[in-house]
Amino acid sequence: MREVAILGTGITRFREIWDKSFKRLGIEAGLEAIQDSGIQGKNIDALFIGNMASGLFIRQEHIASLVAEEVGLTLNNTPAIRVEGGDAAGGLALAQGFSAVAAGIYDVVVVGGAEKMSDLPGASIVETIASSIDQEWECFFGATQPSLWAMMARRHMHDYGTKREQIAKIAVKNHNNGSLNPKAQFPFKVTLENVLSAPPVCEPLTTLEAAPISDGAAAVVLCSLEKAREYTSEPVVIKGVGLATDSLALHDRMSLTTCKVTSVAAERALNMAGVNIKDIDVAEVHDSFTISELMAMEDLGFVEKGKGGEAVDDGITKLGGDIPINTSGGLKARGNPLGATGIAQAVEIYHQLKGKADSRQVADARFGLTHNMGGSGGTAVIHVMEAV
Amino acid sequence: MTIPRFWREIPIRYNLMGSKCPLCGTVFFPPKEICKICRRVSIDQMIHEKLSGRGTILTHTTVHEAPTDFESQVPYYLAIIELDEGPSVLGQIADCTNGDLAIGKRVHSVFRRVSEDGVSGTIHYGYKFVLDHSR
Ligand SMILES: [Zn+2]
Repeated sequence: MREVAILGTGITRFREIWDKSFKRLGIEAGLEAIQDSGIQGKNIDALFIGNMASGLFIRQEHIASLVAEEVGLTLNNTPAIRVEGGDAAGGLALAQGFSAVAAGIYDVVVVGGAEKMSDLPGASIVETIASSIDQEWECFFGATQPSLWAMMARRHMHDYGTKREQIAKIAVKNHNNGSLNPKAQFPFKVTLENVLSAPPVCEPLTTLEAAPISDGAAAVVLCSLEKAREYTSEPVVIKGVGLATDSLALHDRMSLTTCKVTSVAAERALNMAGVNIKDIDVAEVHDSFTISELMAMEDLGFVEKGKGGEAVDDGITKLGGDIPINTSGGLKARGNPLGATGIAQAVEIYHQLKGKADSRQVADARFGLTHNMGGSGGTAVIHVMEAV
Repeated sequence: MTIPRFWREIPIRYNLMGSKCPLCGTVFFPPKEICKICRRVSIDQMIHEKLSGRGTILTHTTVHEAPTDFESQVPYYLAIIELDEGPSVLGQIADCTNGDLAIGKRVHSVFRRVSEDGVSGTIHYGYKFVLDHSR
């Protein structure tokens, strides 16, 4: 197996972008990544695209062909493949691109992620997001993504004494980080009081604890480490990849306070990388809700199960803390265009490991981790990266 | 939800029909064709079994932002319930107010109208749960 490096990245700003189509967003991110990497279009062997629900959002499937045409990859009939796995689609696409390069099937691939959510009216967006949970045994009874996470939050508070304020503080931290990120959807701060007094989505969670509706795209260029050295003296290498799957419906899983897919995928990725979780300097985790980040802190192994709340109080995940999490602002403040999120996480870690994260820079970051999840925990994808 | 899609699951949703693996004794709801523990050897062995509908609240929430077909019911109460036979299910808790719900409370299933499809006008029926000792 060959070592695989990230050669360049591109990302659009995330927000509701009414004047730009799905196609336009994909082109912007893709071309930026290609320019950043220094490669040429003719060097690209394949394109992987993570996307969750273009069929429901814009009534267009077969989007790999659509995007390939627009970025000029149909001249040579370059293969383009869409990857879907709920909101883990981006991370899964990255894992597929990685595998293809590691196996030696392709030398250079572009991996993109994109979602255009705002073309639908509000209630339809709620339903479309819910298409990544179980239609028959959850949605049929009125369940939504936020309702499932709210129930996990309630049980976590019950079992571990986690406080309401501890969970809400995660939104405050992620907005602080987002205020330092010019590409963030919400580049402004919020107070704990703002978060707690916002209208409820599903109790106990409020609207300020849920990731927003976003349009956006992100892309990375991958190639073998050997080839990467022709372009840069300081490549960022993907050292480990871990995937895990569990049942689609939350009530079919072993635990309501642990996402087992996260702990299993993390173990797989860290083993492959030969790295201990304590060695990770910076992480982007899937904070679709505040409680999702709190559970991920525990399930990844940064803190013991049940100690997430205390760790938030101690500020260990803030910039300047022991393990800064979601320096980009996370899904909460950077934005969450579902299929683009897994790639956006890789873009942030790449910038951190290259020392290019400006005012959000984590000093001497060597190892970084991304954690992308689908639905209420049916899928998790972890990547461990190193600056070499 | 289209009519055939709803109609297919009627026996399960109306009667709380689950399935039991005779090899390891695990009960599943909704019913499974194979036992996920015993797998291959359980093929064609699974026994359909009507569940009692009695169980305990594992967790719950009050929904304020709902999908279209449920907007008229806001706020409504959802819970994950561990049934006495073993499996957990998600369902609405009916005939209660916010303060009535708590983890650990006992519930039983009732047959109710679950939602109305705003587009087709189809009314969907199925199980909900109510507290054993509601006021
Ligand atoms: Zn069995």
